[in-house]
Amino acid sequence: MSILEESFSSIHKKLHNKELKVSEVVDASFKRIKEVDNQVQAFLTLDEENARQQAEKLDEALANENTRGLLFGLPAGIKDNIITNGLRTTCASQLLANFEPVHNANVMDGLEKAESVTIGKLNMDEFAMGSSNENSGFQTTRNPWNTEYVPGGSSGGAAAAVAAGEVSFSLGSDTGGSIRQPASYCGVVGLKPTYGRVSRYGLVAFASSLDQIGPLTQTVEDNALVLGQIAGHSKSDSTSADVPVSDYLSSLTGDVKGMKIAVPKEYLGEGVSEDVRNRVLEALKVLEEQGASWEEVSLPHSQYAVAAYYLLASSEASANLARFDGVRYGVRAEQADNLIDMYKHTRSQGFGDEVKRRIMLGTFALSSGYYDAYYKKAQKVRTLIKQDFDNILKDYDVIVGPTAPTTAFKVGEKVNDPLTMYANDILTIPVNLAGVPAISVPCGFSGGLPVGLQIISRPFEEGTVYRAAHAYEQATNHNKTKPEL
Amino acid sequence: MERISKDQVRHVAHLARLSVTEDEVDTFTEQLDAIIGFAEQLNELDTENVEATTHVLDIHNVLREDEERPSLTREEALKNAPDQEDGQVKVPSVLE
Repeated sequence: MSILEESFSSIHKKLHNKELKVSEVVDASFKRIKEVDNQVQAFLTLDEENARQQAEKLDEALANENTRGLLFGLPAGIKDNIITNGLRTTCASQLLANFEPVHNANVMDGLEKAESVTIGKLNMDEFAMGSSNENSGFQTTRNPWNTEYVPGGSSGGAAAAVAAGEVSFSLGSDTGGSIRQPASYCGVVGLKPTYGRVSRYGLVAFASSLDQIGPLTQTVEDNALVLGQIAGHSKSDSTSADVPVSDYLSSLTGDVKGMKIAVPKEYLGEGVSEDVRNRVLEALKVLEEQGASWEEVSLPHSQYAVAAYYLLASSEASANLARFDGVRYGVRAEQADNLIDMYKHTRSQGFGDEVKRRIMLGTFALSSGYYDAYYKKAQKVRTLIKQDFDNILKDYDVIVGPTAPTTAFKVGEKVNDPLTMYANDILTIPVNLAGVPAISVPCGFSGGLPVGLQIISRPFEEGTVYRAAHAYEQATNHNKTKPEL
Repeated sequence: MERISKDQVRHVAHLARLSVTEDEVDTFTEQLDAIIGFAEQLNELDTENVEATTHVLDIHNVLREDEERPSLTREEALKNAPDQEDGQVKVPSVLE
């Protein structure tokens, strides 16, 4: 068994007992990447030299008993829309193929303080727009459970790297399900925090009112540890919340006695595969046996979430992506007669089809004469969707359902049909619109592919989400099964 | 009735600073029409008395003192610029 399949606490114990060195942990990461990444294709950029130097430094600190960081020596992969000082950051776009940031995202400062080791940058759908990683401008990451299948998206590289044992944890971003859906497809734990829980400073913006950074890990405990290191207010992001960060580990009591669970009927209805439904019902039974109780409820506006989301997210994206014009950074198109031509050629050559499609949709929805009919209407529907969640979460501690309606699909299966691809996010999108926290935790298999259980709670109650997920995980141990590569 | 015409697609592409081939105009017209058609299901909902949500947080203005703080050096700011001259970003001619 690779050392990277072990939990943080197990690795830390071995480091402190001098049975293991950080340089060996980092070695194991690069060795595994060399063995399997030609199949998985999770990494876009490796930072081997710096990682090995960092490992040596940490080994010295270890010898001097000077290890303060809670993520000490753990190999980390970073989604390629989180900027890393001096390390190429592409957003999986040809337009940014040569972009080297000149400072760090706030979350990278958090990891530096926690003393993890950055191994490299992970593949994604271009600018985080997609659900399969097929929209990457460089390569298609594969699902470690079956490489004919997609890993999900947009944080597909982040989920696949953890599932394949290439890193101990990764950071992804979630705008409409981009952490939870790939976590579900790849059989790992992925959390989308409350909107505002983690600073977005240095996350290349897709839809600013929805984007959140969160951790992907093998266990709930490891996930809680990472969140503790990246959460909190930052002066650089005025939408990061000035709310104290809880001690998430203290939530992992294993006790869900008396917990009230709501199960939206819309989350087990049409479009959800029978196996996925059964895995979720089995999971509810496990939670029930531990003293929780569940009831069916309704989130009546769920069916409108996908339509509202695509209007809102695309509108915000069309504005956010205006900055990619070939002036201050990026790959500029040659042979332009004037400035406007240069913009147009740079953007048309640099962006892939899905990014162009969403910029077009967003520009249309915001354009004169259509703003009220599309953009404003979608914002009002967002209010109704948020109220659905507020109402249910008044009476219940958590909302539980599947993360995605099905298991992973085959590479190429949905690539020509944007609307079918969008429908895949039907159970994750409402959570972003409402701004509440949610996790995907493995809950079994269907046809050899993992199924994810989604647990949602109130704003800033990541602790409650973790408590339920941890109790379930401890009772089932689905995460002990690993893919064979 | 078509929801978006080819001319509108060309106009939107110009607003978005994208150059599109005639083939792309055809594809985008068809796909945007389908997506907008899908989005029109929102009209089933009566939202006349519903406030729009621009942001889920209880956002207020964040103010700070107007004090000098460290920023990027000129070298850092220009590090990724595709074309530059004398410490400035260089672009093709703006005026015809």
